[in-house]
Amino acid sequence: MRHMIDIAELSLQEIDDILTLAKDIIAHPEVYQDDCNRKKLATLFFEPSTRTRLSFESAMLDLGGSVLGFSEAMSSSAAKGESVADTIRTVSCYSDIIAMRHPKEGAPLIASLNASVPVINAGDGGHNHPTQTLTDLLTILTEKGRLDNLTVGLCGDLQFGRTVHSLITAMARYGNVRFALISPAELRVPGYIKENVLEKNNIPWKETEQIDEVMPELDILYMTRVQKERFFNEADYIRLKDSYILTTDKLKNAKEEMRILHPLPRVNEIEYAVDQDPRAAYFRQVQNGKYVRMALMLKLLGLR
Amino acid sequence: MKVDGIESGIVLDHITAGKSNQIYRLLGLESLDCCVAMIQNVRSTKLGKKDIIKIASEFEINLDVLGYIDPNISVSFIKDGAVAKKFTLALPQQLTNVLYCKNPRCITSSEQEIPHVFKLTDPEKQVYRCIYCEAKHSNH
Repeated sequence: MRHMIDIAELSLQEIDDILTLAKDIIAHPEVYQDDCNRKKLATLFFEPSTRTRLSFESAMLDLGGSVLGFSEAMSSSAAKGESVADTIRTVSCYSDIIAMRHPKEGAPLIASLNASVPVINAGDGGHNHPTQTLTDLLTILTEKGRLDNLTVGLCGDLQFGRTVHSLITAMARYGNVRFALISPAELRVPGYIKENVLEKNNIPWKETEQIDEVMPELDILYMTRVQKERFFNEADYIRLKDSYILTTDKLKNAKEEMRILHPLPRVNEIEYAVDQDPRAAYFRQVQNGKYVRMALMLKLLGLR
Repeated sequence: MKVDGIESGIVLDHITAGKSNQIYRLLGLESLDCCVAMIQNVRSTKLGKKDIIKIASEFEINLDVLGYIDPNISVSFIKDGAVAKKFTLALPQQLTNVLYCKNPRCITSSEQEIPHVFKLTDPEKQVYRCIYCEAKHSNH
């Protein structure tokens, strides 16, 4: 039985299979509408989420299955002190597949070790969020037609952003990918990502604090939120926060074919006017999140 | 100084000088009822100086703990005054309840019954990472 805890567990071929299936679901949704007939997805969300939980549930409903679960820890037996292992053993009796979000890092791994049905990590603290990475890969593939030969700019909070670390790790496995890391000095990509992923694989990358410096080179611009609470002092935050607000003016130097991604939710880092630009792909990215989760669940259930 | 050989038991040789106290403690040798000799700063052609521990009893020794503390140790099992089995250690691939994760965001911080498991991720730098949260624990 397979689980989906960390994107690094998937081979390139397995990622390719999931993305290919997701693309076919986009093209022929009617073919898959009864694949999960009488199958049940349990969504165990020990912390709140809008997109991830609803996209999992929508994905299962579109496959003809049904959903059960909870959307906050207080409405589960976790509030009474039940362990993750016991919760999962119980829920395994009621469902065919589990999607789980938990504030503690490693909780989905514990779940997978105790489950009798496949477990999908829907985010564990600041650690892993593999279905977001699959969503990002599907979006890049559908928008650009390829996952290799790309210059990818990542902008904002690159230190604490789990989606950024996973995307760098996943994209680094494709040929001729270059990275531009755009962040304030305080929020740069951690050293272990640079050493273990970028330098180890001889991947070209550069760091900058100015988005304008690299904008003309980019094929993908991946925006993230700069969170005020990450800064050591208010003055730094005020000085830096506006460096990373994407405006229609800043996009003037970008390629026509560039695509803008964002894991969402956004606060103010992308001006609303940018939404009208055909390069803004972040709501299509949200849509892709459902399709890639449909494909993943079909694979883990052994139905495709 | 002369320390007699043992008839039956375990000899830990080539311990990096100064590490025998740590090994004594982590193996729980103080709880044994037999004769235990800890010899420190013995002259060694290979290491300059080394520690040796002789335990005059057979007991289930945790080789993972030993290998983690000092992978250069050689272990000899003695029977009837002769070496019955001898081998050198290596860094263990996995450690269970030897290292403890200190990351407050790790699931092990809130659920006490979960075993603390670390995997060797960089043998050269002797880096172990928690299998749950990937927090780093370096031996050096």
